[in-house]
Amino acid sequence: MGAIYRREMGAFFTSGLAYVFLSVFYLLSGIFFCSGVVAVGTTNTANLFGSMFIIVLFLIPILTMRLLSEEKKNRTDQGLLTAPIGLWDIVLGKYFAALTLFIIAESIVFVYAVILGILGGSVVWSTLLGNYFAMLFLGAAFIAVGLFISSLTENQMTSAVVSMLALFVLYLMDNLAANTGNEFIIKIVMSLSFYTRYIEFTKGVFDLPSVLFFVSAAFIFNFLTVRVLDKKRWG
Amino acid sequence: MIEVKHLTKRYGDKRAVNDISFKVEKGEILGFLGPNGAGKSTTMNMLTGYISSTSGQILINGVDILEDPKKAKSYIGYLPEIPPLYVDMTVDAYLGFMYDLKKCKLPRKAHLNDVCNLCRISDVRGRLIKNLSKGYRQRVGLAQALINNPPVLILDEPTVGLDPNQIIEIRTLIRKLGKRHTVILSSHILPEIQATCDKIIIINKGVIAADGTADEIAQNITNEHKMTLRIEGPTHTASDKKQIADAIRKVEGVKYVRADMEREKGIYDYDVETDGKTDVRRALNKLCADNGWNILMLQLSDLTLEDIFLRITMDEGILEMQDEEKNEKKGEAKKEKKPRPHIELNFDDSAPEASVSGTDDDSEEDTENGGEE
Repeated sequence: MGAIYRREMGAFFTSGLAYVFLSVFYLLSGIFFCSGVVAVGTTNTANLFGSMFIIVLFLIPILTMRLLSEEKKNRTDQGLLTAPIGLWDIVLGKYFAALTLFIIAESIVFVYAVILGILGGSVVWSTLLGNYFAMLFLGAAFIAVGLFISSLTENQMTSAVVSMLALFVLYLMDNLAANTGNEFIIKIVMSLSFYTRYIEFTKGVFDLPSVLFFVSAAFIFNFLTVRVLDKKRWG
Repeated sequence: MIEVKHLTKRYGDKRAVNDISFKVEKGEILGFLGPNGAGKSTTMNMLTGYISSTSGQILINGVDILEDPKKAKSYIGYLPEIPPLYVDMTVDAYLGFMYDLKKCKLPRKAHLNDVCNLCRISDVRGRLIKNLSKGYRQRVGLAQALINNPPVLILDEPTVGLDPNQIIEIRTLIRKLGKRHTVILSSHILPEIQATCDKIIIINKGVIAADGTADEIAQNITNEHKMTLRIEGPTHTASDKKQIADAIRKVEGVKYVRADMEREKGIYDYDVETDGKTDVRRALNKLCADNGWNILMLQLSDLTLEDIFLRITMDEGILEMQDEEKNEKKGEAKKEKKPRPHIELNFDDSAPEASVSGTDDDSEEDTENGGEE
C-alpha cells in the first residue's frame, strides 16, 4: 500500500494535476470566502462550507478520474495485479493518496480563519473544526465514489464526467425526492442524503451517525472497487 | 518449479486455452511458440495470476496461484507483452517503486544497480520513461521483472520491437538468466525460441500442438527426409515427367515422388522423400547418368523447425492428413491417377513459397515481419 500511495502522490504532482486541483480549489473557495464571509462582515463560516459542497462535487472527479482508468489504459495494472500485494493495497493506496491531496486542499480554511482573525473577527474554532471534519468525511466518501467509477472505465474523461454526474445526483437527491411528495421515499432518501447530512454539520452539529454514514459509504465504494478489480480477473 | 495441470480458460463459448498441461524444472528455459492469438499471452497471464483460469491448476514452486496468490506471485517476475511502465516516472523512480511494490528485502541501492547493469539501462536511469525508445522501455520492463531476484521469470514476447542487435543482446541475457532462474518465454518468432530455449511448446488455437526439445519435436512430426531435384529429360516434354518420376520411385529408399512444376522449359522439378535411412543421392545420380538425363539441381530440404511450425499452425488436420497419406500410399503404386492428398498441397494453398525448399527461410522471414507490424 505504501509503495502505491507514494507513487500516486508523486504522479499527482509530476502530472500537474495536483497544482490544477489545488489552485482551482483555492480560487473558488477564496471567492466564496471573500463574497460570503469577508464582504458580508461575518465570522460565520457555515455559508462558506455550504458552498464548498459544490466545489468538492466538481473537483473530486478531477482528482479521481485517472487513478484506475489510466492504469487499465496503459496496461500498468498488469504490473500491480501480478505483484505480491492484495487488491485492497492497490485500492487503498490510491484512495489515501487522493484523500491526502484533498486534505491539503481543504486545510486552506485554516488560512481563512487566520485572515478572519487578522481582520478583527473572532473565529469560533469548535465550529470551524466541526466543519473541517465534516468536509473531510464528505470528501472521503466522494473520493471512494470517484475511485469506483474510475475502475469501471479506461477513459479518464468518461470517468470524470460520470463521477460528476453521480455526485450531482447525490446532491440533487433530496430535491428530487421532495418533488415526489411521497413521505416514505422522502424519509429514505433523506437518510441517505449526503447533502442534508453535510449541511447539518455546517450548522455546527457534530453528528456521530453522520460520521459513520460517510465512513461506511467510503468503505462500501472502496469495497466495490476491489470487487471490480477482482471480477476482471475472473471475467 | 512450475506445474500446470489441465489449464483451461473460456471466454463465453470461446476456449482461449484448452486443457494445457506442462511442467518446467528449475533452471530450464521453456519457449512458448505459436502464431498470434494462439493463447500464449492468455496462458502467461494465468501463470502470473493476472487473470484466473476457468479450470485447472497452476503451481508455482508448489504454491497454487489461486489459493495463495501473494506468495505465488512473489516467486514470479513478469514482463507482459506491453511492459507495465509508468511513463511519467524516471527509470530510477519506477524501479524504486517496483522494488517497494515487491517488498524486496535485498539491499536497495546495490540490487537496483545490479539489475540496471544486467539490463544495460544504467545510462538512462535519470530519464523519464516516456522519452525512452522502445528497446530501452523493453529493457526497463525486463529490469522490473528481475527485481527481487524471482526464481521464475515469465517473459511475454521479450524481443518485440527491438532492433537486431538488441534482440541478440536480450537473447544472450535470457540465456544467462536461465542459469539462475526458471524462464518461460513466448514468441511467435521461431529462431528466437530455437536460439534460447531448452524446451519448446508449440501452442495453436489454445492447445499444445507439440512439445519437447527442438530435435524431439522435429522427430515426432516427421522422420522423413526431403529433397528437390531438377532433371532434364531427353524429349523436353511432359512424357519425360512420368518416365523420370517412375524411375525415381523405383530407387531403393525413396518413399515418395511428386513431379512439381515446370521450372524451366520442358524441365521439371521432383520432390523426393526418402525413408531417412538411405542416402539416395548417389543412386539417383547413377540413375540419371544411365538414362542420359541431366541433374540440374539437387537440394536437400530436411524439415526444419520452421517447416514444422508452419505445418502445425497452418494445417488444421495435420495428423489426419498424415494418416490418410499413409493409407493412400499403400495402394498408390497401382493407382497413379488419383490426386494424392499430400501435405504439401496444403502448403501450396496457404503459403505458396513454403513448399519450395530453399525459399523457406525467406518466406518465413516475411510472415514474421508481417506479423510484427
